[in-house]
Amino acid sequence: MIEQRKLRVATVSLAGCFGCHMSFLDIDEHLFELLERIEFDRSPLTDIKHCGPCDIGLVEGGVCNAENVHVLREFRANCRTLVALGACAINGGLPAQRNHLDIGACLDEVYRSRPGLARAQVPNDPELPLLLDKVHPIHEVVRVDYFLPGCPPSGEAIWKFLSDLVNGRTPRVTGPLLHFD
Amino acid sequence: MTTEVPQSLIDEVLTAVGSTPDRLLQILVGLQSRLDYLPPALISRLAARLGIARARVEGVAGFYSFLHLAPAGRYRVRFSDNIVDRMLGSEALSEAMCARLGVRPGELSEDGRVMISTTSCTGMGDQGPALLVNDRAIGRLDPQRVSEICDLILHDTPLAAWPPELFAIDDNIRRADALLTSHLAPGSALAAAMALGREGWLAQVQASRLRGRGGAGFTTAVKWLACRDAPGERKVVVCNADEGEPGTFKDRVLLHRHAELVFEGMTLAAWATGAREGFLYLRGEYAWLRPRLEAVLAARRAAGLLGAGILGATGFDFDIAIHLGAGAYVCGEETSLLESLEGKRGTPRIRPPFPVTHGYLGHPTVVNNVETLAKTCLIARDGGAAFAASGTAQSAGTKLLSISGDCARPGVYEYPFGVSIQQVLDDCGAVDVLAVQVGGASGVTIAPYEFHRRIAFEDVPSAGAFMVFDSSRDIFEVARNFVHFFAHESCGFCTPCRVGTALLKGYMDKLADGHGALQDLADIDWLDRLLKNASHCGLGSSAPNPVVDTLLKFRPAYERRIQHADFQPAFDLDGALARAREMTGRDDAGAHLDSGTGVIR
Repeated sequence: MIEQRKLRVATVSLAGCFGCHMSFLDIDEHLFELLERIEFDRSPLTDIKHCGPCDIGLVEGGVCNAENVHVLREFRANCRTLVALGACAINGGLPAQRNHLDIGACLDEVYRSRPGLARAQVPNDPELPLLLDKVHPIHEVVRVDYFLPGCPPSGEAIWKFLSDLVNGRTPRVTGPLLHFD
Repeated sequence: MTTEVPQSLIDEVLTAVGSTPDRLLQILVGLQSRLDYLPPALISRLAARLGIARARVEGVAGFYSFLHLAPAGRYRVRFSDNIVDRMLGSEALSEAMCARLGVRPGELSEDGRVMISTTSCTGMGDQGPALLVNDRAIGRLDPQRVSEICDLILHDTPLAAWPPELFAIDDNIRRADALLTSHLAPGSALAAAMALGREGWLAQVQASRLRGRGGAGFTTAVKWLACRDAPGERKVVVCNADEGEPGTFKDRVLLHRHAELVFEGMTLAAWATGAREGFLYLRGEYAWLRPRLEAVLAARRAAGLLGAGILGATGFDFDIAIHLGAGAYVCGEETSLLESLEGKRGTPRIRPPFPVTHGYLGHPTVVNNVETLAKTCLIARDGGAAFAASGTAQSAGTKLLSISGDCARPGVYEYPFGVSIQQVLDDCGAVDVLAVQVGGASGVTIAPYEFHRRIAFEDVPSAGAFMVFDSSRDIFEVARNFVHFFAHESCGFCTPCRVGTALLKGYMDKLADGHGALQDLADIDWLDRLLKNASHCGLGSSAPNPVVDTLLKFRPAYERRIQHADFQPAFDLDGALARAREMTGRDDAGAHLDSGTGVIR
């Protein structure tokens, strides 16, 4: 018998726009129902900085820099079930539009070549994460258990997905809930 | 675009092959062979001339790999890239040719003279490594012959002036049975069938229990009857000579040695169905066979075996035209083939309706394999019962096998259905066998514990390919070659196949590149099921077969490539930061990533 306890859920937005998180909040009053069954670990909703052992990790956004890689690995290491939430996590999405450009040329264009720059140099503070040469969907960097498409997935889709997961059903999102734009 | 195509040339081609939109592919093939490529201005002019959208013309030209929308050289050299050609050393020979001619693979030489690339199996597995240069085939390549070819190219010798022995192709018939020993005088089978009347002839075909030799094994008489009884006056007979399945070449030998039988079989199908027009769809790789085939057709017309009133029978009018493909495996699927015959991209149709009711231009159409049609001549000569007497309960008659790979005597073998795989291996001189790929890339991988199994529809069905791999071979690389083949040949119409074959290729390459993780095997398994169940046509649904079979029967070949217990990216994460490090001048600890966790060794 699996103990009846609240499931711990962590969420994060990597190279995303927080649109998927906004859509998550769109489940409105279901949040109260959900909170009967779950508690949040690391999430923009809690401001916990590092994730501990969790049951479910929801990841919005793709992987565009070294920090994204560290955070994603922390999620994978701690979450029993890892979910790619939304188009960017699944395909790279809008940020991946830079993938056909050389990242060096991009940095040069933005920080060195533009007219009117006072101190023209690419920022090199060690506090800043370095950019990867390409933006990757999260499943190219860690193993991912589920994918919930949509830009963003609707609140209803997220609610259906999470209630399936919390209640022990293999998540099944079909028909009108499964839309891509 | 500065290339000016003379109007007279366009007119000449249109006059020769027809000027309606359904002739578009033949028009493009004709122009390509005269111009070496199809310049944009020509595409526009053709569209205007045929009264169709430019996008349609460009869409067709872009679909077929032997048609070029950009300059591709006066000599277009394509090395056959089937695994059997590779095993015979094709890659090293291709590298040598590139080095000698100073070109990179797949790129046009600076002087615009030559482009060297690869193509799917050219049907020369028994005499590889093989290549195509423009529309001619050359086999038995070795360093000396490659050097000779380089000399000819460097001296700009026209293909027509190359030594004929370069183009000599062997039939390599190693075992002949009923079909390959039949010495039928042209017209004799037809006369016998006509003497029975159309009904009587169909009754013999039914009694023969003949099934299609192209792979699917549909009962020929049922197909012919359905076409005959379908509404519509105009009926069509199509011979599928798009022998694209890697490792298959028996149709090439039939067309080379026994074209009479094939055309007579088509005429027998016309007698049964009432068809008045016939097409031989000849794969572009076999374009070199065309002059011979046209000569046979001309002789048959002269002898009254084709044309109006065949053998003096009023109302029995039938003729055959040859239609060239242009390098698209999917066109071997019968509905793609019909699309291609109609001058379109070779995208498979939704079935039903089936070609027997809605085929070429919507008319009831019989599409049969080369070997199937040839076999009907034996039924006409000996009767259906005699034909059904050999073979097995569900597989009457004989089967031609194209045997290649690790054996002493590759070539074409004709056996009665029911022959065991071990028997075939013994006959072709194969020893120390690791696996046999029966039926080509889309077929089945047979391991030694199954060598007692028999070639027959009720056990191991086969379209004819029989590729042998001995214990020196890496079966993973065999499967990976086939996966690349399917990704290349996917027509792009349906997402499961277009994306699925590309993803499967990505996983196989990931394993080959040393990034393999256990999770990949689970993902491959999932992709295999997706391709099998969700694809639009047989290409997608059979694309995972080599992986499914080798994972089941040769799993250690995959497990050996697993470097990580859980998951490993296909790319070097730290390397992905290199450009940013360079731009920022950073090299601190935070400017690096470890490339993975969970390394097994």
